[in-house]
Amino acid sequence: MKEETIAGWVAISPWLIGFVIFTAGPFLASLYFSFTKYDVLNPPEWVGLDNYQRLLTRDRLFPLALRNTFIFAIMYVPLHIITALGVAMLLDKARHLKGVFRTAFYLPAITPAVATAYLWVWILNPNDGVVNQFLRALHLPAPGWTVDPFWTKPTIVISSIWTMGAAMIMFLAALQGVPKDLYEAATLDGANSWQRFRGITLPLISGVTFFVATISIISSLNVFTQGYVMFDKDGGPEGSALFVVMYLFKRAFGSGYFQMGYASAIAWMLFLIILVVTFIQFKFSSRWVYYEHDTR
Amino acid sequence: MSTITYEEPRLQAATGVEAMNRKQPEHRKKLRPSDILLYLALTGLSFLFCLPFVWLILTSLKPPAEVFSGGFIPTEWTWKNYQDIFRQAPITQWMLNTAIVSILGVVSVVLSSSLVAYGFARLRFRGNTALFGLVIATYLLPGSVTMIPTFLIWNELGAVNTLWPLWAGNLFGSAFYIFMLRQFLLTIPQDLVDSARIDGASFFRIYWNIMLPLIRPALVAVAIFEFNAKWNDFMTPLIYLNNPDRYTLALGLASFKSDFAELGTQWSLLLAASVIFTIPMVVVFFIFQRYFMEGITHSGIKG
Repeated sequence: MKEETIAGWVAISPWLIGFVIFTAGPFLASLYFSFTKYDVLNPPEWVGLDNYQRLLTRDRLFPLALRNTFIFAIMYVPLHIITALGVAMLLDKARHLKGVFRTAFYLPAITPAVATAYLWVWILNPNDGVVNQFLRALHLPAPGWTVDPFWTKPTIVISSIWTMGAAMIMFLAALQGVPKDLYEAATLDGANSWQRFRGITLPLISGVTFFVATISIISSLNVFTQGYVMFDKDGGPEGSALFVVMYLFKRAFGSGYFQMGYASAIAWMLFLIILVVTFIQFKFSSRWVYYEHDTR
Repeated sequence: MSTITYEEPRLQAATGVEAMNRKQPEHRKKLRPSDILLYLALTGLSFLFCLPFVWLILTSLKPPAEVFSGGFIPTEWTWKNYQDIFRQAPITQWMLNTAIVSILGVVSVVLSSSLVAYGFARLRFRGNTALFGLVIATYLLPGSVTMIPTFLIWNELGAVNTLWPLWAGNLFGSAFYIFMLRQFLLTIPQDLVDSARIDGASFFRIYWNIMLPLIRPALVAVAIFEFNAKWNDFMTPLIYLNNPDRYTLALGLASFKSDFAELGTQWSLLLAASVIFTIPMVVVFFIFQRYFMEGITHSGIKG
């Protein structure tokens, strides 16, 4: 079957070429650059572990960006999962107009990120925004959403949760794959709704929950557009919305920087963090993720 | 070939999507008291989710002075914001650039990913499995790791400040789509391939004339996802483009804010531009809604 071998290699050749040029090459190159001082104009100069040492001990902004990113992830990931699952469970119970509701909840997810960012900066505008006008009318405290360093991250979380449509659809599909007779049998045995949720729903959708959790974690650690557009390249008030990728971008492409070596070191730190977090997540997954062997 | 009937492959959880659309038996349609709470919650929540949208559109049709004031409904309907935004910024050019990037990106990623997926799914050669493992590994690699050397490559090629870096990477396929299409290709019966081989069809003829038509729904899903990704992409244009005439809508829209800061942030124009940016995606969504939903469902069970 020589012809098949040749055809096989020809068929995968686009990926293979792209892999070498745009993945493997850059992957190794950025590892190398992370040990150098490199400004594009002059050849890279080997500095050993200097970049990493500077990041961890002498750089004031990197720990700030790291801290902001973690705080954002810790707020965003659980809220994202709970909102998407909660809405999906309501939709799962609905027997009328399900399609209409589903579309309504999904629509924000297709809104371009830059438009979403503007939309929420306008709605949450501390002085004249609709939300604060409403809160003041009710004599409630009106937070400085976009100007108070304490509130900038919740502002981004709100705008990100608004676009939870994809996760909701995944949960909805998973919920509707749960056999309904299981619920009926459990009800007959006297299980209340919380027990049914804990004992049947959660284990049977845990595969999808794991997937949603994985992508939410990775995407929240890579957060960039919201911080950059809702605030600015330096992360708004007191740098409270400066995230790791924004800082990387600033060092690499910001005017007057072009510190490709230093920025590569930031990229590799982030890569290692994502690797560790994902590894821990996979490690613990066997404790709560349940895979059905019988696929009906 | 036209006599072959073939049902598009569906993975396990996809039954959820069917169940969503399937008519329920009559006796379950009766409203129960607890349903009232359910529908109240659903109506309230979906209203909350859609409100920002409706607001955005209504406000973009208000006179500029009323952006933060006045009621929900404009007291005076006006296209002025839209006329102004087209006058003040090269919106048409940006839209054209975005369309070029999106369309070239979609066509190239669909063709390359499906060909590669075909190689992995249907052709036996040494190293197939190991290389496919590499495909999965690259999917998990965050883009920020390869970002800087990739920039240096395009810089070396003199392609910075052109549209090339925004889409040409798609010519080499994309790990996630390769994975997804491979799943679909695996379900096509071998008999079809065998009989075509006996008739003397080459492997590439089989790819083009048998495989591609049979996985059309999956190809549409890939096309829509990629269109969405390219239309919305902000970071890549931000890295590569610095000439306003080359901007895409995402970058152009983001560039307003810094300019408008000095003008006292003309929100009405920003909101009108946001509407222009969003509408094409909404149209695509409503046309291809079914593929959107099924595509997401499939991506969720890939684990």
